[in-house]
Formats: sequence, structure tokens, C-alpha cells
Amino acid sequence: MIEFQLNGEPVSVDVPADTPLLWIIREHFQLTGSKFGCGMGLCGACTMHVDGIASRTCILPVVAVAGKSVTTIEGLGDAEQLHPVQEAWLEHNVPQCGYCQPGQIMSASALLATNPKPSDSEIEAAMSGNICRCGTYPRIRKAIKSVAAVQQFDPAEQAAGGDA
Amino acid sequence: MSQSNMAIQRRSFLKLLGAGGLMLSMPALATDKPLLYSQGDAFVSDGVLQITPTGEIIFLMPRAEMGQGTNTGLSMLIAEELNTPPELITILHAGVGEPYKNPLFGMQMTGGSTSIMAHYEPLRKTAATAREMIIHAASEQLNMDPTSLQLRDGKLWLAEKAYSLGDFVERASQSKPPAKVILTPNSNLRFIGKQQKKVDGLAKVTGQARFGIDVGSPGSDSVINGSDQHIPNLKRAALLRCPVIGGEVKSVDASAAKQLPGVIDVLTIFNGVAVVAEHYWQARKALSELTVEWDLPELAKQNSADIRQAFEKALAEEGQTAFEQGDSRTAIANARNTLTADYHAPYLAHATMEPMNCTVWLQDDVADVWVPTQGPDVSQTVASEHCDVSRDNIRVHSTFLGGGFGRRVNQDYVAEAVAIAKASGFPIQLVWSREDDMRNDFYRPAASARMSAAMDDQGQLQAWDVTRVGPNIMGYTIDEAAGMYLPEFLPGGFVDWISKRGHGIFENWTVDPSSVEGLWEEYSIANKTVRQVTVDPGLRLGFWRSVGHSFSGFFKEGFMDELAIKAGIDPLDYRMQHCGDMPRLAAALKKVAEMSNWAQREQLAEKGRYLGVAAVFSFNSYVAQVAEVSVDGGQIKVHKVYCVADCGRVVNPDGVAAQIEGGIVFGLSAALSGTITLKDGAVEQSNFHDYPVVRMNEAPEIELHIVQSTQAPTGAGEPGVPPIAPAVANAVFAASGQRLRELPLRLT
Repeated sequence: MIEFQLNGEPVSVDVPADTPLLWIIREHFQLTGSKFGCGMGLCGACTMHVDGIASRTCILPVVAVAGKSVTTIEGLGDAEQLHPVQEAWLEHNVPQCGYCQPGQIMSASALLATNPKPSDSEIEAAMSGNICRCGTYPRIRKAIKSVAAVQQFDPAEQAAGGDA
Repeated sequence: MSQSNMAIQRRSFLKLLGAGGLMLSMPALATDKPLLYSQGDAFVSDGVLQITPTGEIIFLMPRAEMGQGTNTGLSMLIAEELNTPPELITILHAGVGEPYKNPLFGMQMTGGSTSIMAHYEPLRKTAATAREMIIHAASEQLNMDPTSLQLRDGKLWLAEKAYSLGDFVERASQSKPPAKVILTPNSNLRFIGKQQKKVDGLAKVTGQARFGIDVGSPGSDSVINGSDQHIPNLKRAALLRCPVIGGEVKSVDASAAKQLPGVIDVLTIFNGVAVVAEHYWQARKALSELTVEWDLPELAKQNSADIRQAFEKALAEEGQTAFEQGDSRTAIANARNTLTADYHAPYLAHATMEPMNCTVWLQDDVADVWVPTQGPDVSQTVASEHCDVSRDNIRVHSTFLGGGFGRRVNQDYVAEAVAIAKASGFPIQLVWSREDDMRNDFYRPAASARMSAAMDDQGQLQAWDVTRVGPNIMGYTIDEAAGMYLPEFLPGGFVDWISKRGHGIFENWTVDPSSVEGLWEEYSIANKTVRQVTVDPGLRLGFWRSVGHSFSGFFKEGFMDELAIKAGIDPLDYRMQHCGDMPRLAAALKKVAEMSNWAQREQLAEKGRYLGVAAVFSFNSYVAQVAEVSVDGGQIKVHKVYCVADCGRVVNPDGVAAQIEGGIVFGLSAALSGTITLKDGAVEQSNFHDYPVVRMNEAPEIELHIVQSTQAPTGAGEPGVPPIAPAVANAVFAASGQRLRELPLRLT
């Protein structure tokens, strides 16, 4: 039995330890916002936060999150209470097909939680693991900068409140 | 053909089917069956717009939403005539039905950058008809003059009093539609041409948007589009295919795979061996325990180096004439000033972010298919060919598409999923791996071209002569779609026989327009000839965002740059001197010159940045781009792209902007890194490490100007793609003096 926190709730699963976290989240916990894109950690569509760190869960064995805190796009914010990054994504009309966007948003929110004012090169470094075939990169860049411009993230508070 | 026009071309493709005697009849839709998702007691306009007794406005979206923004753009057309914000309209993706056909294709396909141009008037008429009928019913019911009533913001207004639209649904349903309706005049438009947020943005940033791969999560709402039915006992499937597309199973040893936990069954289907398991990861893992021997197809003899040689040899062949005006050969033979250059572009994969997938539930006499598809009617036909359920009893539930780019016009993944469901006896979801996806695409064709031209002493072009070598897409498309145009009672073998004729048509009888489109249209030159030499290695092909323009734009605009340099004329001026018949293209060039400070590019060069220009007319739109590039240690870096796009009247300005931006980034992947190669018939690439695409660190800044226009709306999804590769290549020439005539661009 593997136990961890999922979006703030304690959960446990009895599955082979090497099963990638992504498939556990999608099939066992029925949270399908995190996407399968490549299975090699190359595209970032599966990105979740594990103890606040943006992690590629298509290659992360579920056993690796035992005792840790996992946040998915569903736990980041919902229609009633959007995360500032989600709001910025709407403001800049970022999504096209939308398939990669949960992963993009999880990478961006992890970046901004630890680095409230990232430079262009820090944005590139943090976001270049996430592929978007629709080509929304210019808007993603603008959306991240707009959050950085107005939002004063307090990393300590972020850590205390989970990782969102 | 006087100009390139995908809509017309694809219509002629359908006509061609008819002319060749292939289109025996269109399948008759069972009229006694209600359309999928129709509400029994709703007022219905043209099958696509419903108003329920509770006053809900439901738009049965006839086109696929694959990121190009149809949900928003087409809803705005409905919204305009109902005088109601798009946010108040419920969107359901339509099932298969006559009202949902693309008016330009006669089939339900979403493609060819047609969604706005095809629906701009028809959908507005549909909504205007609904508006007039509701107002008419209300005037009778309330005994008021219709001019005192207004439909606005989802309600029927009498002065300050608002009524639910539902109050008038019953009476409206009993009345006849008016013979003529008046559309909102251009001076009075409330939504069209105004900024509009994506109507599905919230669902997409919260992870709630349901893609095909999300269907059937146990316990969740398994059925998309309004039905609350769950799929009972859904299993997950993965499929092992031959490394060479088209190979078949000779023998299989599944004993080890069957022992694995969660594995329910191992089944051989028409193209491989499927594992059906409780969970997807179990199915995927079990594939590696299978031992399969394959019967290899002819394609197994093909290697990329040989293909390239065969193309080069064929450049000297005569081929078929695709376009002819004047006598280019004589003009070139007699000219003092001529230039010839050979260009090449490789096979490409689509690499949509969502891998192919399909969920199927077969019951005795009905079937449900959940699928991200660009052609639900083809999905339906293909599904029926692989099970015992007739076409009309197959309900196709379209989901959001995690990218399309033309890949999801083809329905091989539907065929596989249905075959697995039938063989296993369970409802199943088939999900492809990225490797499956990369190696089993319908690829953008590889192509070579020999470009020749003659100019006079002032450098003005007198003759233009192109020989394009490569395979044709249409034969492969007919293979799959033919069944849809043939009566269902014909035996499958006959349908197969007919469908295979498609390749012959395009080798012997006429030229596939998508093989040669974009090779001659823009420039006014007295003598022009384009020829097609078909060399088909047998790798299957499909429509790839911007189709033929994706390679011909590079060939033509690279060559134009060479000609300008040879003539000693500014490459941008040179284009403008030759596009007199396309004033809108000239205007786009002029504007992009201003935006990019083209005239002062020497000063930019002092800072190590160089500009290149390209302009392409495609999908009836005019796009000019200037790329700002630096070259350092053999590495090409694209810093900024200036772009002017004239797509006629714009419905959703930010939506068009997003499409053009996206087209530039998509085209840049092909310019910088995209290539699919074959070794013994097998695709060598497998995932994003060996088929790299543009990432954030390579994405240029884009400065975009959308032309304000009152002309008819034209394409936006694809026209951003073709100019970027040549614009970059031309900038690389300015930077390095190296003329790159092959994609992807590599400095030596």
C-alpha cells in the first residue's frame, strides 16, 4: 500500500510500485486533467507538483511519491477559485487545443511559487520541458510575465499552504 | 486551375469520385432516427440550433474543436443573430448527420481552413431564422406586434419585461420557417469582429475539458455531450503493430503476456496484436512480453537514401502537366539570363499532443464510439466496416481534439479500436503511445522540385518552370473515405478494390492538386509550367497543416529569393514587382516591410541580426512574413517574426491572431528540425527526442498585423505555416551566404 497526499487529501493505492504516477492519478483517482503525451518525460503534458516541484509523472513510479504531497491541475484551482496563473491564461487567451495546458500551468505555477519575478531566461529554463504543438508559447510567456508583474508571491506562505 | 483553393480542390476531389464512376450514391441517412443529442421537445433550426422549453440555447457544433477555435468562432455567428453573448450558448459536439456536413466538402470533415468561410452565412441564417420564428411565435402568443419584441441576451423582451425563450418553443416549432431572413447589417454587428474570449478557455485551464483520452475514467462521467450513461466494464487496450506500416501478424506467442497481472486477453487483429487489460499501464507493459513474427509489406524495401536518389533522378522526367500558361521551356531555352535550382522537403509527422485514441462500446445492434476526430462520418463508416453494426446504428461522440493538424482526418485508430472491442467482447479504450503515433502516422509527403526561371535584362521574370517529384495524398485519402460514398450492401472486397483505384487516378489521369498547389499562383509571369512526376515509395500520406503549401511555399519563396539576388533587386521589392495580380499580397508585403524596418536591415546586420522575407497565398488568405535571424557557430536562431495576414473579414480577431501565431510556430518546427526517415520501411523516429519540435526557448517573438477587411472571410488555421520556412532560409542566406534548399534547414 502506497500512501500520499493528493490535492490535500490523504490517499492510498495498492498497485505495483513501478506504475507511473500519471496512470494512477488518471485511472484510479479519475482525475484526467493531467495528460499523457510522450511517456518519456519529454513533453511535460503530465506535469504535477510533488512537494511543490514540477514533476513529469509519466516516468515517475508511484512509489516515489510515498509520504509526499501531490497536486494536480484539479487541486491547483477550479472555476470557483482560480489560481492566478489560470486567470492569466484566460486573460491572455492562451489555450488552443488545450491538451498541454494543464502541464504548462503546473510548470508555470511551480516556477512562480519559488521565483515570483523570473527573468526571460528563467522562464525559458522552467518552461522548455513543456511542448505545445499549437504554438501558444508567446502567450504563455506573456501570461507568466503578467502574473509576475502583479503578484507578490510569498514562497513561505506557498509552502505552508501546500504548493499551489 | 487558375488559383489554389483547397476548398474548391477538395470539392473537385469529391466530384472526381463521381466522375470516375466511384460515387455510386450518397448514403441515405435514416430519417426516422433523431439526430444524436437532439432534445425531443426543443425548437430546432436546421438541425444545428435548438432552444429547449427551459429556454436553453444549444448549438450542435458541426465542426471539430482541435484548437483552431471553432467553438468560439462559430458560436459567435450564432450569437450575432440571436443577439446573445456566446457564453450563454451551450455547445455540444454534433453526432453524425446531414445538417452537420461541411458545406464546402459535402462531408463532415473539419479541415482546409474552411470552418469560418463555410459557415459564415449558413450559421447566421440558421440563427436568424430561429430568431424570427421565436419572435413570430411570441407576437402571436402575447398578442403584440413583432416590432415591439426583441430577442436579446438569451431572452425575449417586451419593453422592460423579459420572457424565457422556452415559453415560445412549442408554438415556434409548429410554424414554418420564413422564406427569407435578414442578417444583422455589418454596421450593427455586436460580436463579429470584436474581441471574444475563448468559450472553452475555463474548461481548458482547469483540466475539465474532456478529450478522447479522458473518456471512460472509472466512476467519472464517461459519456461526453450531455448523456449521463456510463460505460460498463470498460477495459484498456494497447496494440503492437508491425514496425513497417501495413505488415501483418504471421505468428504470435502471447503466453508470457497472458500471465501478467491485469491482462484479460491477447488478440490478433488486422494489423497487430492487442493486449486488453484492466488498466492501461498493464496493457502497455504486456506488449513487451509478446513475441510476434510479421509478414512484411512491400514498404519494407524502402530506405530514405534510396528514396532521395529516386526523387532526384525523377526530376528530369516529363511527368504530368499540372499548370501551363505560355511556353516556359522555349522562353528559358532562348533566354540569356536563367537560373535552375533543386529543392527538397522530407516526410513529416503531425505529432499532435494527444496521441491517437478511441473508445468503443459494441452492443448487439448499436455501437457507441467516442473519438477525437476531424471526420465523424468517416469514423462511422470505418467503424461499421470492422463490426456487425450498420452505419446508422453507430453513434459517434466527438470529443475535444488534443490537436488535429490533419492527422485526425484519417481513422485507422477507430478501425483498430472497433476490431479490438469486437474480438474481446468488452467495451475498450485504445490509447496509442507516442512511439505508436510517430511510427503510424499518415505523413506529410516528401517532395523534391526542380525550379527554373528566365529573366530579362532588367531582371524581370519571363518564364517559370517547375517539376515536382513525390507521392500524392489523395490516393491514400480515397482508400479510407471511399466506403462512405458507397452503399453499405456492397461487399468489403469490392469497396477495397474501388478504393485502391485512387492511386491510379492520380498517377495516370489527373494531378492531385495537393501535390502541386502553391507552386505558381502568386507571381505574374508570362510563361509558367508546373509538372508532377509521381514517385511513391508507399509510405501512407495525409493532410498536414497547410498540405502542399507546406513544402511548395518553401520551394517557391526560396527560389524567388535566389532570383531576386541574381537580378540584383531587393527581394521584397522583387516580389512586389511580380505580384501585380494579387494586390492584397503586395499590400501585405508593403506592411510587413514597414513593421520590420526592412529598408534599414543593413543597420540590423551590424548587430548580427538578419532579415528574410516570404509571402504565400494559401487557403484564400494572403500572408507575408519577415524572419529576424542570427547564425552562430552553425546554429540558426529565430529571434522575431513579423507577420501580416489578410484573411478577409475577421470574426474573432484574437482567434485569428492565435491561429497565425500557432501556424508560425508549427512551421518553424518543420523549418528547424522536422524529418521522418525510413530504414527498411520502418520509421526511424519515435518520440520527441528524435523528432524534436519547437519549445519555449526556440519560440520567437511574433509581431502580427491582421488586415482589417470587408472581403469574405478566408482561411486562418493554415496560411500562417507556409511562409515561415522560406523566410528563415532567406534570412540565413543573408546572414551566412549559404543558400539552404532543403528542409529542415542545416548549415554546413
